[in-house]
Amino acid sequence: MKILIVDDFSTMRRIIKNLLRDLGFSNTHEADDGMTALPMLKSGDFQFLVTDWNMPGMTGIDLLRAVRADEKLATLPVLMVTAEAKRDQIIEAAQAGVNGYVVKPFTAQALKEKIEKIFDRVG
Amino acid sequence: MASDIMASEIIVDPNAVFIAELKECAKLLTEKLQDNKFEEASVLIQAMTQSRDRHIFQTVGKLTRGLHNAIVNFHVDADLTKEPPKIEDSDIHDASTRLGYVIELTQKAAEKTMDMVDEASPIASNLGQEASVLRSEWARLKNREITADEFRELYHRVDSFFEQTSIGSERLNKSLQDIVLEQGFQDLTGQVLKRVIGLINEVEKDLVQLVLMASQVEEITGLAKPEEDEHEMEELIEKRKHEAEGPQINKAKDNVVSGQDEVDDLLSSLGF
Repeated sequence: MKILIVDDFSTMRRIIKNLLRDLGFSNTHEADDGMTALPMLKSGDFQFLVTDWNMPGMTGIDLLRAVRADEKLATLPVLMVTAEAKRDQIIEAAQAGVNGYVVKPFTAQALKEKIEKIFDRVG
Repeated sequence: MASDIMASEIIVDPNAVFIAELKECAKLLTEKLQDNKFEEASVLIQAMTQSRDRHIFQTVGKLTRGLHNAIVNFHVDADLTKEPPKIEDSDIHDASTRLGYVIELTQKAAEKTMDMVDEASPIASNLGQEASVLRSEWARLKNREITADEFRELYHRVDSFFEQTSIGSERLNKSLQDIVLEQGFQDLTGQVLKRVIGLINEVEKDLVQLVLMASQVEEITGLAKPEEDEHEMEELIEKRKHEAEGPQINKAKDNVVSGQDEVDDLLSSLGF
């Protein structure tokens, strides 16, 4: 499975990458904001997107909206991994069509659960 | 330090002079009107308007200077008897650089720590694997299920395992110690952050003074607060609700979830 990890902090990308590798997903790619992520998503055959919310350039929520608005990407499973923890934001993300929401700091267990849940549902 | 300077420059009530002038003019105006000297009265009204404008300009000027000083005075080494230093040299500007340094330092520390773990974890897992293999062989030995050839092999394997363990644990120890050393970033960044916090507190204090000052201008000049302002404020508050702001420091706030469980509850209440 080809996965794109989007976060402006390289350490967080690396942490998520390591956790995904432990879960058996080693085909991961990285982008540092929505602006660089979107063209990668459009041209590559990614099957899963993990994105932060708060990033310069293009935020994760805007990336999510762009993904949902794109004919080819509309059904791509998206997991948001973010420090944003306001109720309004979580509702906003849900309305924008997010498939899962993990708040930082998170445990390996929490990330694993959400990812499995998403794949169970998507099939 | 900065607020002392502002006290002498701004806190003197500028309205008093203006009010005195206004009163004087008003008295004269009444006299002129009573004497039916309309032309002179008209001149007086003009003078009053001009005085009001001048007063506004002056006060706004003082406000601007006060703000400028408030920013510039955070430059610790500045000689305050001279011209104010340029804003580029101020501590506010410096604070941004310092915060950038905090990001850099924490990133380096995180990366180095992860490097150490990447280095250490294969050593640990190799030792663990070898130990479990040896353990099952050892069990066979205890049960006398082992041939002489196998025993010779085990003999050498145990020997090399001891060597691996010795070298491996030394490396693990070094990695662990490096990780501990790397935590020094907490001290360094903490110091920088404390300094910046102190700076922000001072800026806030001075800004409150300036706001007070500005409200005096509004009061005396009758500058009404435009309705759009309040509307804009409401929009801003609404926008803030959705704005990304990074980690929540105060999890007790009503509009903030306290952890993953609450996120899950909220999402499931939305039908997720």
